[in-house]
Amino acid sequence: MTATTRTAERTPAVLVLEDGRTFRGQAYGARGETVGEAVFSTGMTGYQETLTDPSYHRQLVVMTAPHIGNTGVNDEDPESRRIWVAGYVVRDPARRHSNWRARRSLEDELTAQGVVGISGVDTRALTRHLRERGAMRAGIFSGAEAAADEAALLARVRSAPQMAGADLAPEVATTEPYVVPAIGEKRFTVAAVDLGIKGMTPHRMAQRGIEVHVLPATATLEDVYAVAPDGVFFSNGPGDPATADHAVALMRGVLERSTPLFGICFGNQILGRALGFGTFKLKYGHRGINQPVKDLTTGKVEVTAHNHGFAVDAPLDRVSDTPYGRVEVSHVCLNDDVVEGLRLLDRPAFSVQYHPEAAAGPHDAAYLFDRFTSLMNTVLMEGQRA
Amino acid sequence: MPKRTDIQSVLVIGSGPIVIGQAAEFDYSGTQACRVLKAEGLRVILVNSNPATIMTDPEIADATYIEPITPEYVEKIIAKERPDALLPTLGGQTALNTAIALHESGTLAAHGVELIGASVEAIAKGEDREKFKGVVEAVRQATGHGESARSVICHSMDDVLAGVTELGGYPVVVRPSFTMGGAGSGFAHDEDELRRIAGQGLALSPTTEVLLEESILGWKEYELELMRDRNDNVVVVCSIENLDPMGVHTGDSITVAPAMTLTDREYQILRDIGIAVIREVGVDTGGCNIQFAVDPDDGRIVVIEMNPRVSRSSALASKATGFPIAKIAARLAIGYTLDEIPNDITEETPASFEPTLDYVVVKVPRFAFEKFPAADSSLTTTMKSVGEAMAIGRNFTEALQKALRSVEKKGAPFDFSGAPGTPEEVPGLLATAAVPTDGRLGTVMAAIRAGATPEQVFEATRIDPWFVDQLFLIREVADELAAAEQLTAELLAEAKRHGFSDAQIAGIRDLREDVVREVRHALGVRPVYKTVDTCAAEFAARTPYLYSSYDEETEVTPRERPAVIILGSGPNRIGQGIEFDYSCVHACFALSEAGYETVMVNCNPETVSTDYDTSDRLYFEPLTLEDVLEIVHAESQAGPIAGVIVQLGGQTPLGLAQALKDNGVPIVGTSPEAINLAEERGAFGRVLAEAGLPAPKYGTAFSFDEAKAIAAGIGYPVMVRPSYVLGGRGMRIVYDEPSLAEYLAQHAGLVSEHPVLIDRFLDDAIEIDVDALYDGTELYLGGVMEHIEEAGIHSGDSACALPPITLGGHDIKRLRASTEAIAAGVGVRGLINIQFALAGDILYVLEANPRASRTVPFTSKATAVPLAKAAARISLGATIAELRAEGMLPAHGDGGTLPLDAPISVKEAVMPWSRFRDVHGRGVDTVLGPEMRSTGEVMGIDSAFGTAYAKSQAGAYGALPTKGRAFVSVANRDKRAMIFPARALVEHGFELLATSGTAEVLKRNGIHATVVRKQIEGEGPNGEPTIVQLIHEGQVDLIVNTPYGTGGRLDGYDIRTAAVARGIPCLTTVQALAAAVQGIDALTRGEVGVRALQEHASQLVEARNR
Repeated sequence: MTATTRTAERTPAVLVLEDGRTFRGQAYGARGETVGEAVFSTGMTGYQETLTDPSYHRQLVVMTAPHIGNTGVNDEDPESRRIWVAGYVVRDPARRHSNWRARRSLEDELTAQGVVGISGVDTRALTRHLRERGAMRAGIFSGAEAAADEAALLARVRSAPQMAGADLAPEVATTEPYVVPAIGEKRFTVAAVDLGIKGMTPHRMAQRGIEVHVLPATATLEDVYAVAPDGVFFSNGPGDPATADHAVALMRGVLERSTPLFGICFGNQILGRALGFGTFKLKYGHRGINQPVKDLTTGKVEVTAHNHGFAVDAPLDRVSDTPYGRVEVSHVCLNDDVVEGLRLLDRPAFSVQYHPEAAAGPHDAAYLFDRFTSLMNTVLMEGQRA
Repeated sequence: MPKRTDIQSVLVIGSGPIVIGQAAEFDYSGTQACRVLKAEGLRVILVNSNPATIMTDPEIADATYIEPITPEYVEKIIAKERPDALLPTLGGQTALNTAIALHESGTLAAHGVELIGASVEAIAKGEDREKFKGVVEAVRQATGHGESARSVICHSMDDVLAGVTELGGYPVVVRPSFTMGGAGSGFAHDEDELRRIAGQGLALSPTTEVLLEESILGWKEYELELMRDRNDNVVVVCSIENLDPMGVHTGDSITVAPAMTLTDREYQILRDIGIAVIREVGVDTGGCNIQFAVDPDDGRIVVIEMNPRVSRSSALASKATGFPIAKIAARLAIGYTLDEIPNDITEETPASFEPTLDYVVVKVPRFAFEKFPAADSSLTTTMKSVGEAMAIGRNFTEALQKALRSVEKKGAPFDFSGAPGTPEEVPGLLATAAVPTDGRLGTVMAAIRAGATPEQVFEATRIDPWFVDQLFLIREVADELAAAEQLTAELLAEAKRHGFSDAQIAGIRDLREDVVREVRHALGVRPVYKTVDTCAAEFAARTPYLYSSYDEETEVTPRERPAVIILGSGPNRIGQGIEFDYSCVHACFALSEAGYETVMVNCNPETVSTDYDTSDRLYFEPLTLEDVLEIVHAESQAGPIAGVIVQLGGQTPLGLAQALKDNGVPIVGTSPEAINLAEERGAFGRVLAEAGLPAPKYGTAFSFDEAKAIAAGIGYPVMVRPSYVLGGRGMRIVYDEPSLAEYLAQHAGLVSEHPVLIDRFLDDAIEIDVDALYDGTELYLGGVMEHIEEAGIHSGDSACALPPITLGGHDIKRLRASTEAIAAGVGVRGLINIQFALAGDILYVLEANPRASRTVPFTSKATAVPLAKAAARISLGATIAELRAEGMLPAHGDGGTLPLDAPISVKEAVMPWSRFRDVHGRGVDTVLGPEMRSTGEVMGIDSAFGTAYAKSQAGAYGALPTKGRAFVSVANRDKRAMIFPARALVEHGFELLATSGTAEVLKRNGIHATVVRKQIEGEGPNGEPTIVQLIHEGQVDLIVNTPYGTGGRLDGYDIRTAAVARGIPCLTTVQALAAAVQGIDALTRGEVGVRALQEHASQLVEARNR
């Protein structure tokens, strides 16, 4: 690239928000058009994990950290088989990456996977806009598309489906069951219902001697119990929990049998619904790796990874009675008092709204996997005594 | 968990004088902490010997002791105040060491004082190298990550050679065991070097043992700032990546926040290790800093060290993130937990989170090697910088270029104006860049321009390839600017996004800076201002802490009240330090109280002025004309502007005054024309002539011929210096014509821009400093300081006393009249500082500076009057009469009419000699002279001069001795005056040593003194040592040496150098000797007590009202 042509060689791109605001920048990754829900993520590290997190399916992710791509792309850090974000919005993409594990550049990866992105936009202005107006639909148009009439582009954005009411888990989950073997001695078997599971989650369980049978989102109660599980796990995933009727019904079956149960993120919302609580869409969600969550049972604060646009509507200040016995809110986000965890008092089940598997993010909440194993252990011991 | 109820009073120890490695950041931390503790209803007792700090303002603590920070004095304070707790983690190493000493002596236990913030055990684990290795090993067991640098212990050369193989090859570090100060250690790059260094090391070691350690030079270097509460909640406030890889002290490195080249996996491992370390060390509440080295080839992590306290890095991290570490550490220390403390910036979210940044912060160190030409200027693991500038941008290039212009050093910003070098020059440039020095990045850029490849740059410097690429990016933008047919909006916006200043663009396009600016404004390319909000805009920020960026949307909010913009002083440097920040902070406080909206502009992360709490709005920006004009523009869009204050921040804002005014910016206070009048010798001479005031003969020269003629006319010795400098930069006493020629040759660079001033040098004169306020009609004499050292030593480097100890009412009257005449003649509205010399009976005017001086905080504290606050008010139109009526100034009298029983304050300068070595590892010359070289100062205050003086010495250098050997060698003119104090020393039991002449006089007066050899006489025939050798051997406890003029001066300096090297008190005037004797007398009789500033002040106010 010669110096004089640096600016001339750029391909223009435009980001159009559903409320009409536009941001102009340069094409990044694949050229073309993409629409989805614009959300912002505040993590300063972990773009590779974010991109491959199935929960971001159909979302245009705005990175608040300006420099993205500095460490390139490696083969160890993806959280699933592909990039899921529908579009990527960054300010200053790396021109050259630097890391001993890097295999290729991020831009090459985005292009190879057909992910349309935009760079050079005022991501802070965009974030403030989303914070004030809430997450909304948006489109990225690059190359020839960027030159199109803005009104026409806006119409394309507005014709895209809404996130509220979207049932997306089946789109991202595995279609075939597979097994993640325990690392070291096998202690437990867990059936993990894949609603958009991240690779780190079964790995964290495997590290604790759990053989994880990952099942498709469409798995039936029979499928779950066919693996003779010591515990059942419901994963994270994209979409509106209000649509996840199949998963809710499946979970109620598990609750009725009092099999130890653990849910993460979408899995927490499913547990909320199974217990009879409602769920609602947050204005702009929690997406980042610096969120303070208080464990109400110990009073300890953990810094946690979040990626959720919906939340459970449960009372913070008292124990609730449900068809499955008493339940309490076990974790709360200190920033905004959003429910971050549920715990049943009469059955071996609990869930958290955030990501103890932490990829990307801090490892403060890894103890929850230990809680799950000790829950399974207790039930096993009781079973042996009985 | 709420606040502890068992602590009602707490003693906070400050960090004392500003020295290299321990600077203004501890005033920032300490001030925050004291305020928080006071707000929590605790009685705060503070000790700090440094008067130029905000923390020692009487409002900040309940009882403020400006006393030496030594275990002896702090024990007296504890005995008097009986605090419940001692918080030692906010005053740097000084506070920590003092607290440990008080613990070990049993003082804390005896008085029932609890150490809070960090336990003795935790401090020991963090600080002791061996214990810390154990910590790292335990952490490795727990987390599976982190290790100490690998090492092998060797007892023979065979062991050593085998050890290298075990460590994986060269280079290796050789550290002989049990040698003093690390003697004999070094890097071995091959077997020859290894045999030499290790051979010597084995011989030097009393146990014939060397430690062979793997070299981690060139590894990536990171720091994490962590906080932990009593509930074991831990947060990582900030990650910092050093652009300069391992081998350069982090204080001397260009550093970047957040870390730029770590994946999440690697970052989380560092975080896990950091948390495990803080737990293992046992820092129960508060902050700590942990440093890591990461092997760029495979990610291996070595944990280098941790500081179990608030540090320079934590101040930087606080400013970089908006997370006030010291403030929160203070709350944690008294029992709060992180989730109970609100985040100041969002007000809605708690402090138990980790800040996330949507910008990049770059810190660039500021060095002062020009002040120490003999010092080795290569950067090593010993810190050498005297200050730093920080800049914030939306990307790295913007932040880096802003930071480089913020350090205000010629040549620091990348210069693309000249032709690039040729490919033949690349190897040479890379070889130069391979050695870390101040300005290495400029050399790297020169190599890039000359055609070096990214790989070559990385190989030579080990700077991470991502950073190297960013430098290439900057070069490409520069090339684009150069090649473009014309400056378009798109191109300018692109250049601005990467941090190019108008001046840089002007250099590239061969235009004037103001032309570039006009074009840019015409094209509508202007910066916006974004907020530092701790959360990347996830939540709304309530605190306007702003930085510029060339982005789309600005966050400056409209306001109603008129704004006063206060320009700060930029990075600390010798001659322009914390004292100026003090005045700026005071202006913020006073003007905010008077109903203005205060807007602070500064780029120094160490200071109180850049605390978002200090002003109503903070712009963390470079102090250049361009950056300030843009802020003024942005603020003028937001609401009315009452004016810009330039007279408080030292030379940096003063230098901008005229250009700002020329651009239509309203400057309040003393006008830029008046400032120029005082700087311009001809015009100033006319002011003096009109007032009938004598000044030493002087002249202004633009060439050697002119200089020669002027010097001959005045008569040697003369004092020469470039005009327009602060801190006496380049100033020298010249004794003859050849020296004058040499001087002009050396300072050709300075002279080309500004003329050289040549003054008569007044030998044997008393130098006097005056700080005064003038409102156009009335003069308020703030204080009169009498220097203890003779004239000719820079006022910043000499000790002084206030009130003056030998001047009478008549002298004060003359000083007052002269000061008033000059203030009126120049047209001062606010502060003025004038230096006088009293030679014989003539009062000469040496110079006048119509601005806040370095001594304003000292004067304010010594007289209990807030001069800087008053100056800020006068700048905006208040009169002295009004301020007297308000109570800000005393109703009657002023600093020239202090009551007889007013306390005496002594200021002593602190020199950085011991930090510097020449390239051969020898100490640098410690000659005091007209060029300022001190980094800081202390104050001793007591009811009598002798005691105050003793305290100032104890605060600066350690206590005066009360017994032992005193060496006396004085000039002829001082011999009479020496006899009584010398006799007093003998009576105190001192053994006297003297050179032959002085010994003879003493003998005639019945005082026995042992004759010792002068340095010029050399060692005696039987190996009798010279006085300098004796000092080096630690045989002398006190030195009295008054200079004799040219020849004698040099011998004295040898003695002085030795004294500094050994840390022995050295008195250079008979006044100082007399003072010291009074001090020793008071010390011996156990009469030296401690007294809070508040007590001194109330006594003074009472006396004034009598």
